[in-house]
Amino acid sequence: MSKHDILSRIRTSLNRNGPLPNGVSAGLRARLATPALHLRPAFSEQAVERFVEKLQGVAGSVDHCKAGLGIAEAVQRYLDERDLAQEIVVSTDELIGDVPWSNQMRVKHGRPDPHDKTSVTGAFAAIAETGTVVLLSSPESPTTLNLLPENHIVAVRREHIVRHQEDVWRALRQRPDGMPRTVNLITGPSRTGDVEQVLQLGAHGPRQLHVLVVNDDA
Amino acid sequence: MKATSSTFRQNSREALLDDDLQQALSKMGFLGARKRVVDALPEWEELRTTAREIKEHTLAHLDFYLEEFEKNVRANGGHVHWCSTPEDASATVLSILKEAGARKVIKGKSMAGEEVGINEALEAAAIDRLETDLGEYIIQLADEPPSHIIAPAIHKTKAQITELFHDHHQVHGKTERVTEVASIVNEAREVLRDGFLAADAGITGGNFLVAETGSVALVTNEGNGDLTSTLPRVHIVTAGIEKVVPTLDDLSVYLRLLARSATGQEMSVYTTLTTGPRRAVDLDGAAEFHVVLIDNGRSQWLGNEFHEMLRCIRCGACLNHCPVWNSVGGHAYGWVYSGPMGSVLTPLMIGLEEAGQLPNACTMNGRCQSVCPMSIPLPSLMRRLRFRQHDQGLSGLGTRIALAVWGFMATQPRCYRLVTRVGIGLLGLLSGTRGRFRRLLFAEAWTEERDFPAPAGETFMGAWKKAARGRK
Repeated sequence: MSKHDILSRIRTSLNRNGPLPNGVSAGLRARLATPALHLRPAFSEQAVERFVEKLQGVAGSVDHCKAGLGIAEAVQRYLDERDLAQEIVVSTDELIGDVPWSNQMRVKHGRPDPHDKTSVTGAFAAIAETGTVVLLSSPESPTTLNLLPENHIVAVRREHIVRHQEDVWRALRQRPDGMPRTVNLITGPSRTGDVEQVLQLGAHGPRQLHVLVVNDDA
Repeated sequence: MKATSSTFRQNSREALLDDDLQQALSKMGFLGARKRVVDALPEWEELRTTAREIKEHTLAHLDFYLEEFEKNVRANGGHVHWCSTPEDASATVLSILKEAGARKVIKGKSMAGEEVGINEALEAAAIDRLETDLGEYIIQLADEPPSHIIAPAIHKTKAQITELFHDHHQVHGKTERVTEVASIVNEAREVLRDGFLAADAGITGGNFLVAETGSVALVTNEGNGDLTSTLPRVHIVTAGIEKVVPTLDDLSVYLRLLARSATGQEMSVYTTLTTGPRRAVDLDGAAEFHVVLIDNGRSQWLGNEFHEMLRCIRCGACLNHCPVWNSVGGHAYGWVYSGPMGSVLTPLMIGLEEAGQLPNACTMNGRCQSVCPMSIPLPSLMRRLRFRQHDQGLSGLGTRIALAVWGFMATQPRCYRLVTRVGIGLLGLLSGTRGRFRRLLFAEAWTEERDFPAPAGETFMGAWKKAARGRK
């Protein structure tokens, strides 16, 4: 009922009696089907270099490693340097699922519990323009892994670091199963300025965001 | 919420004398940050133009894009509810909650939710509500409305927050006063974590609705919006119908403008696209996904003289740059929206009778328009509201008499010249050697606070003639 009312008020305001003529709506559908690329901010740096610089600029940290054992070692390094417990909750996606963790590491899979301190997940992509990682929800990588733990470690393949958001949209459109329930674009650790405009990290989400750039050719 | 916009003058006077408020307002830090990131982006002006064009294209085909959005939300298993009025919207949210048996609700920040009075509706239905944005949580404890659209507790000092937490957190076993920003944020994080985990439903706003995919884009820095949309069983989004954008590529243009304009960030920490409920195989995420679309007058501004207001993306830049807002804060405006955008939206939503003082609380300095990422001509819109106010006979008797006299004189050049010559000469004489008035009849409102500078003793026309004679 309300839908009908709202649509007819919109049409009246736009000086129309009913829906758009077929010719016009076909044009709009074509615009939706082949989205126009708009102006994107230009930058001269290489994608990886820019990504690292931007992520560090928003209080994220970065390490470089190879896949598999390289990821296990880099996570170990991270925990040791910060004196964190050898306890992680991890996704089971393509990048993280097969990592050979050391015997000392206590490893959990799937949804984190509220007391889990450190999570490790694989990214779908990363965006050089803004230092952003892109994470998709899936049975292998539940969204709460990106939000609940205090320390979030994200691994991204070097070749998946794209220049702009628009490159991510193109990759998403090519996925056979379409949009996942959640696409998280995360740019640094959680923060707030709600107390006298003072920037404070670790509001509700992770206090630390650590990104592993995975490069098997290095 | 009950509006107090009709007493704006009185509210402002009190705000100016409120030391805590003035101290809190002096911390405003968004301007410098915004300028730095805007200056660093050579494409800024072109992005603004593109954003305006996309929005105008979308508004011109709003019915099409809303139906397309609905179709794609449904295709992904979500629900769309169309609500004409604030009452419809609150009733819809309540019925979704009732159907789901939800008793505990957590909320992310939503100005549309504030606008339709979700909080009051939840309270009336005895549903437990917990605000999760730190600023919103602070004002929930203080039982106050937001004073800024992106920094709702910007009017509170740290000392006031310390006391609020001390009063309300003892039940959570927090007996020590927290006085540092880090410890305040930590305590809120700990206290709110339990609320997140216990909630049955989460209500958030939506910054953009993407027609192409049926996704809701939500932009936050704390991560509270994501926890609110992910942890509970039911996720409800409240958003105005003007929030729809055609494609993800269009969305990118807005995202580049929004965070820069709002907080001076290139990108907010969390930009999240939510498309439908959790899939059958997912391990988390809300099992129910509802989008409540709110009209509340918007469909009627389409194509009329306030059409441009529909471009607003609620970044808050106009508030941050407004000398009036910076002097009196948001509460003086007496309703949900404040500052320049609020001075346009409030009269449109709750009426000029109640909110007629707001479009007059403007110095017409034009800063709001020049920083607006969507190039909304806010001063012109406020002027149009003043016209409307006058046409509806809502302006004061003094204003109407003065305008009538002025209107008569301005169309009678001889009479105008005579009266101004006599008047200005007289004022010049009366002021004597001081060159200013301590008090002046009909201008007490001015002279109460400062002196009125006396005219130089000659009219512009007189001076012009003299100069013309000199040139001959």
